[in-house]
Amino acid sequence: MEIGYPILSAVIFVPVIGGLVLLLVNRANESIIKWGALLVTIVTFVISLPLFTDFDKTTYLMQFQEKHAWIPSWNINYFLGVDGISVFFVLLSTLISILCVLISWNAIKDKVKEFYIALLITEGAMIGVFCSLDFFLFYLFWEAMLIPMYLIIGVWGGPRRLYAAIKFFLYTLVGSVLMLVGIIVLYNHAHTFNILELANHTYPYKLQMILFWAFFAAFAVKVPMFPLHTWLPDAHTEAPTAGSVILAAILIKMGAYGFLRFSIPMFPDATKAMIPVMLGLSVVAIIYGGLICLVQTDMKRLIAYSSVSHMGFVTLGIFALNSYGVEGGILQMINHGIVTGALFLCIGIIYDRTHSREISDYGGLATPLPVYAGFFMVFTLATIGLPGMNGFVGEFLIILGGFAASRIVGVLAATGVVISAGYMLWLYQRVFFMNVNEKVAGLKDMDAREVLTLLPLLALVFWIGVYPDSFLGFMHVSVSHLLEKINSGGPADMNVAQAIIHMVK
Amino acid sequence: MKYYLLIPFLPLAAFVINILLGRKILKTASQWVSILAVFGSMVISYMTVFDVIRGHTLNADLYTWIIAGTGFRVSVGFLIDQLTAVMLVVVTTVSFLVHVYSVGYMRGDKGYYRFFAYLSLFTFSMLMLIMANNMLQLYFGWEAVGLCSYLLIGFWYEKKSASDAGKKAFIVNRFGDFGFGLGVILVFLTFGTLHYLPVFDKVASVAGQTISIFGMEVNLVTVIALLLFCGAVGKSAQFPLHVWLPDAMEGPTPVSALIHAATMVTAGVFMLARLNPIFNVSPVAMDVIAITGGFTALFAATIALVQNDIKRVIAYSTVSQLGYMVLACGVGAYGAGIFHLYTHAFFKALLFLCAGSVMHAMAGELDMQKMGGLRKYMPVTYWTMLLASLSISGIPPFAGFFSKDEILWLAFNGNGVGKFVWLLGTVAALLTAFYSFRLIYLTFHGEFRGTEEQRHHLHESPKVMTIPLVLLCIGAVASGWIGIPELIGGEHSNWIANFVRPVVGHPEVNAAHSTAWMVIALSVAIALTGIFVARSFYIKNKELPGKFAGMFPFTYRVLFNKYYVDELYDLIIVRAAKGIARNIMVGFTDSKIIEGIVNGIPRLIGWTSAQIRKVQSGDAHRYAAMMVLGMFLIFALMLVKLLG
Repeated sequence: MEIGYPILSAVIFVPVIGGLVLLLVNRANESIIKWGALLVTIVTFVISLPLFTDFDKTTYLMQFQEKHAWIPSWNINYFLGVDGISVFFVLLSTLISILCVLISWNAIKDKVKEFYIALLITEGAMIGVFCSLDFFLFYLFWEAMLIPMYLIIGVWGGPRRLYAAIKFFLYTLVGSVLMLVGIIVLYNHAHTFNILELANHTYPYKLQMILFWAFFAAFAVKVPMFPLHTWLPDAHTEAPTAGSVILAAILIKMGAYGFLRFSIPMFPDATKAMIPVMLGLSVVAIIYGGLICLVQTDMKRLIAYSSVSHMGFVTLGIFALNSYGVEGGILQMINHGIVTGALFLCIGIIYDRTHSREISDYGGLATPLPVYAGFFMVFTLATIGLPGMNGFVGEFLIILGGFAASRIVGVLAATGVVISAGYMLWLYQRVFFMNVNEKVAGLKDMDAREVLTLLPLLALVFWIGVYPDSFLGFMHVSVSHLLEKINSGGPADMNVAQAIIHMVK
Repeated sequence: MKYYLLIPFLPLAAFVINILLGRKILKTASQWVSILAVFGSMVISYMTVFDVIRGHTLNADLYTWIIAGTGFRVSVGFLIDQLTAVMLVVVTTVSFLVHVYSVGYMRGDKGYYRFFAYLSLFTFSMLMLIMANNMLQLYFGWEAVGLCSYLLIGFWYEKKSASDAGKKAFIVNRFGDFGFGLGVILVFLTFGTLHYLPVFDKVASVAGQTISIFGMEVNLVTVIALLLFCGAVGKSAQFPLHVWLPDAMEGPTPVSALIHAATMVTAGVFMLARLNPIFNVSPVAMDVIAITGGFTALFAATIALVQNDIKRVIAYSTVSQLGYMVLACGVGAYGAGIFHLYTHAFFKALLFLCAGSVMHAMAGELDMQKMGGLRKYMPVTYWTMLLASLSISGIPPFAGFFSKDEILWLAFNGNGVGKFVWLLGTVAALLTAFYSFRLIYLTFHGEFRGTEEQRHHLHESPKVMTIPLVLLCIGAVASGWIGIPELIGGEHSNWIANFVRPVVGHPEVNAAHSTAWMVIALSVAIALTGIFVARSFYIKNKELPGKFAGMFPFTYRVLFNKYYVDELYDLIIVRAAKGIARNIMVGFTDSKIIEGIVNGIPRLIGWTSAQIRKVQSGDAHRYAAMMVLGMFLIFALMLVKLLG
């Protein structure tokens, strides 16, 4: 790893600094602001690429580490690093941010300068979340990201943006506060914020259980897991396109990432005891989220609820706690980021033309917009897990892992595949097929900027679908290390058994 | 032998070229891209088939597709053996002829390039399916042909009925694939691999194992076999998932011929034959398969008796014929099933293309009651369709006779449910002959019953359409001659059975020659009876059909409405799902319970603070009064304490 710069700090702070520089630009110079933001995101993406090319797939250890003492009296460090679990979320963030700038090009007309600043700061903070190996730093980024995101929804969102923004903020804040308490308890126990050290400690079973639920509050809201999902449809629907894309592609991945990075390695016994609950909630999310999509009349809301269903697959894979499920779960997080991000971009593209999200305002779009219809079709098929595209690999591994963990869970999860075909194809039919709705007749097809926005995601859909090894290959060692840690606890198992017996009594 | 890779990838290349360049640059030239690609595939397929005949089979991986977790590893790879060889002939030949026919049939359509792009994509997918050497790649092809079917059924997407039908086909198939996918997963968890040959090697070793499903101990292989069979039920349109295929007729007719008759719908049968070592281990699953097939053969034939839409009659006939193939697999006669698949591909594709030719002449009219007497306007179509009908009815020496007879004969000699499904198949054969000739008589004989305008328009189709008809007709007549029963043709006359025997085996039959002749004579007699009855209904006594319908109004209505299966599904699946979603999930749990709590907590906090705020009114009199009250209380408490 001979890279001439501290790569993780660079990908975090280039966008943040870029955002601060934009502050200095005259707000009348909108094109400078846009081009500047685009340049910053592209530069960030390019400097993040060595994470992909120079990553050592043979070790589970944290790579590209940076560690500097920060507040020595509390043993707080500026400590960054990535492993096979987190590296793709950094890359996904840097890629998606470019697309968010591109899609907002004409859509954001008001307070342009502030919008791009918020976007860039969000990007830096999100990446920080995935790289932090110090809990203090992690929490800082975790909360820091909320503020620009709140503004993006609340300032540039749809008609009910304030309600949605506040709901989003409060939901996540309540979860975060419980996590903060958890972090402090952990610190009192181990006297460190170092995540790697904390993961090597063994905690008493009761403490594990309490902390598991405290962290659950934060992560489950973010995912979102049933029944903590109701902020998501509102936030997604009201957010501007770029906001929805960031929410779907990256922000909600933080919850699942949190489970993988913290809950499972730190509280293995509690995790194992709670498997039935977690699997149960995941299955409910898959079916519930899917069925509810059948009756949505708003395109964005439909895709939002479909996220609930798809993230149910992710948590199912993770809590199946076997190598297929966890690898499938991580891959599916990436897939969902790509595909749902792309679907929100697609909806943004048409919304810019019609300013309507109502499905009934569309119909027959394939006639005036054949290229657009083609892109949307590919992403639709990817969502419903057509083999050869990315969604299939993830879903298949998850169902395989789920089935290995519990047959009934695997069977129920597989119904999600039928349901998703139902609501997505019905959506596609109502929007693109049948007679051309007069409201959309004569609309222009996608222009070069819009094609360019979707093209990278299209390529990824097929890349992952045809040769997933480029991605799964990063995970094997990290995932098997994680699972080893969980399953090695011989004495801990005894404790669990005793604790359960105790609880039953 | 590396050139086999070109077989699937030529059509894929054609798809990519046409979908990217077709709309703006190639336009009608896109036909050449697709046709050349499929022609190339066909030629290489034949070369490959000759390699196989010479004894060169092949099983090679191209690259490792998915590696995951501990030990999940599956490749993109190709298995070319006798079974694949038969399928290669069927798929590339029919596909090529349908491509050519489409040049005439689709001329002038605004989605011309798109049509050829989809046809190429379909050909690629189908070839990947039949050439796979593992179940996941099979599944890839399986879903991809389903996608092409969806795209092509809904090709004229402006029509609501067409886009509905495409969606229905996809979703109904998903129900089958739900089981199929779980079956694949269970295969992996049992055998640790998804590649055919290692699985087949190990399957005997797990024969007696059981698995606990919802508290019941069931035979493991039976569970696997039945789950896999679910996929075939969907794809090959067996009862109860047959409902999508008749609706699929909304697609352009060449599509019906290629996808919904000759190739894709037979994927289920192919899968049963391909995975036969698994099914063979489970007698229970075999019986279920045989009965499902036999029942479907009869069930669909009864519906076909009364339909008036020319394409729907052929569609139900396809469902019925697929039933025969599934039945054959269920009695272990996989070779006979594949043989019927092969002959059926020719005569059924021909029937559809003839129907397309008729529609072409009738300006899109589908109702046979408005046709009649077309014989003299379109002789090529008439004669080819007549020969195809003789073939499907099982009249010797046409192709359908040999394959159907092989199935019935082996079913007759099968164990367990063999005799029963033979009976179902034989009755279905009677109905087949009847509805096939009902179609011929209504369409081509008698007086023309359409409008004057239509009559004026009647014409034979152009050469580019009739030549494929004639070529397919050769297949419909002669393709059965590679499987003449040894009873008739002497030793080695049943070439096809011997050819695929290394892959699918062949059931042992020890029966007297007299019995065999009897079964053959019976099926021929029954077929002739069917044709004779149709003749007396639709040529001699034209009021008979109406009389019959009047005599059995209930039966007629049930048959005409296809046993109301669609209505039932709409009620118990579509409406139920939407009803639950709307009234319970949106209307109650999300809005009342979860949102109630979420919004309730801030409201509760708000309400509490509002109450507390009242105390701090800023009114000095009130404060003074409160203070006095408080002092009284304290004194009172002290007093109580002192006294108590």
